[in-house]
Amino acid sequence: MLTPAYIAQQFINALNMGSIYALVAIGLTVVYGILRLINFAHGDMMTLGAYLGLAVLTALALPAWAALLIPMLVVGALGVLIERLAYRPLRGAPEVAMLITSLAISSLIQNGATMTLTAQPRPVRLPAELTQRVDVLGVNFAVMDVVIVGLAVALMIALTLFVQRTTLGIAMRACSENVRVTQLMGVDVNRVIAVAFAISAGLAAVAGVLWSGKFGLVDPFTGFVPGLKAFVAAVIGGIGNIPGAMLGGYLLGFAEVFFVAFTPPEVSGYRDAFVFVLLLVVLLVRPTGLLGAREVNRA
Amino acid sequence: MKRFAPLMLIVVVMGLAGLAQSALNDYYQRVLSVIAINIILAVSLNLTNGYSGDFSLGHAAFMAIGAYASAILTLPARAKAVAMPDLPPWLAQAELPFIVAALVGAGLAALVAFLVGIPVLRLRGHYLAVATLGLMVIVQVVALNWQPVTRGARGISGLPPFTTPLWAYGWMLVAVAVIWRIVHSPLGRAMMAVREDELAAACRGVSVFRTRLLAFVCGALFASIAGALWAHLITAITPSSFSFLITFNVVAMVVIGGAGSISGSVIGAVLMTLLPELLRRVETTLAIGGQPLYGLSQIVIALMMLAVMLFRPQGLMGRRELPDVLGGRVGAQRAPSPAPAEAAGEA
Repeated sequence: MLTPAYIAQQFINALNMGSIYALVAIGLTVVYGILRLINFAHGDMMTLGAYLGLAVLTALALPAWAALLIPMLVVGALGVLIERLAYRPLRGAPEVAMLITSLAISSLIQNGATMTLTAQPRPVRLPAELTQRVDVLGVNFAVMDVVIVGLAVALMIALTLFVQRTTLGIAMRACSENVRVTQLMGVDVNRVIAVAFAISAGLAAVAGVLWSGKFGLVDPFTGFVPGLKAFVAAVIGGIGNIPGAMLGGYLLGFAEVFFVAFTPPEVSGYRDAFVFVLLLVVLLVRPTGLLGAREVNRA
Repeated sequence: MKRFAPLMLIVVVMGLAGLAQSALNDYYQRVLSVIAINIILAVSLNLTNGYSGDFSLGHAAFMAIGAYASAILTLPARAKAVAMPDLPPWLAQAELPFIVAALVGAGLAALVAFLVGIPVLRLRGHYLAVATLGLMVIVQVVALNWQPVTRGARGISGLPPFTTPLWAYGWMLVAVAVIWRIVHSPLGRAMMAVREDELAAACRGVSVFRTRLLAFVCGALFASIAGALWAHLITAITPSSFSFLITFNVVAMVVIGGAGSISGSVIGAVLMTLLPELLRRVETTLAIGGQPLYGLSQIVIALMMLAVMLFRPQGLMGRRELPDVLGGRVGAQRAPSPAPAEAAGEA
């Protein structure tokens, strides 16, 4: 059972899951860093991305790259719109106000999808060149697995460059340190927040397309649990911290996949419980996460 | 007279519940019981989400604990021998009365809340939201995988139908009375102080962590009772009975009614039970292209919640109680009926 090939296979699997969690966690962390908002509608951006990707592949019959680009742009724009309608009017209100509206948005998307597209899961069939399997040194994987990891890493590099090198990226980092002071420096905070939401929702949409491609299904609740798990990843890495979200995403992916791979079947059914027990442990032992700054309101 | 008002309220509610139980058909009895259960859920969630300022999303988890505990403890031993042959002997033999089983479940839920609260409540209030949602996933996964005790995805059915309007409204009165007393005690004022300003409260000698933990544990306790009532009303439970949907609806009741007002939670619970009940008929009758509009009632609830947050963030009642609004406070010695202009100005 524990052959090197099996372990390598699980390693690839974990890299896959980790890449997707990282993409989703980055979006959560970027928004949390600036607005202190735990965005419960984030996972539903994944769902929307997955549905759009499916529509592009089947109804429009466009090539695979379009099934990534179009959801990213459309859902990114939608993220900006949602911010404008549901979060901006509540800026300055108690922290839970935006959290409540994000719950409402999440419910709207889930039930809107149920009403218009039915709760029936829809199969996602990828183009043949992506599902083709490759055999390297006894380790078997699909081309899709490589695409997931490659694309996620490329997007993360692009985001890091954006945040480090561009004026807007620097403004974004400044905002997550102190919004009010940044505003005093003449930065248009509304623009920065809009960009943060566009990035957040866009990355979630890509993650949603990749997720539905990997598992071959999409339904109105596809993104809900991965969205929650991505929050766990963000907390592990230190919420508000972008490299932390990447690290947390991969750590969570490895922890979850190896938990399932190396425990007997009657235990591995508890995988989702394992992830949230992990959250409780992290909150107990190191609430600021691995890379997070100290931002805890100790009672 | 005023000091007897609570007593009169109890007599009237129980009288009406008794009347409903003898006069109304099953459907109306069931809707009435669901209203009482939802009132318990909303009022108890309000302790954390309204009074102590921690946003909990774990009510479905505590409901599930109460429901499963009560179901397993009350199911006749003969039924258990068939349905759950692998149960440990002490559980297989247990045939407790409903009230004892519900209390055991409540104790269990309170214990779980205590254990989860210790790591989570040391952090900012909204961490609790995700951690409690995580707790809901954990409870669901355990219910799904712990086959010998919970029967997994098959769930437990054929529960004795103990929940009648009298039981439901009896428990509701207990929950509302206890929570009313908590909120109007030094502990309740400590909760509100913590909500308004943690540091200032700590400076005045309030043990912030203890106060928040107590609010969370009390809320869990009553959620568990509501879960037990619900299980014996529907008479069948599965892990998916206690999904995010329930939590969401209870949060909507509290938010729409007004976080920080017990009567607000009661009004929210009544509204948010009756409205979806009416809309459910619309879902199936108002079908477009022969397709029922499943999800419509949830969409309406979500839109209402959104509208309340944007246009009346304090909810229908704000932080006032019904007696304040009607003028004159129940139970308090005060000059009756303030000037109507004053009441209007308040509204």
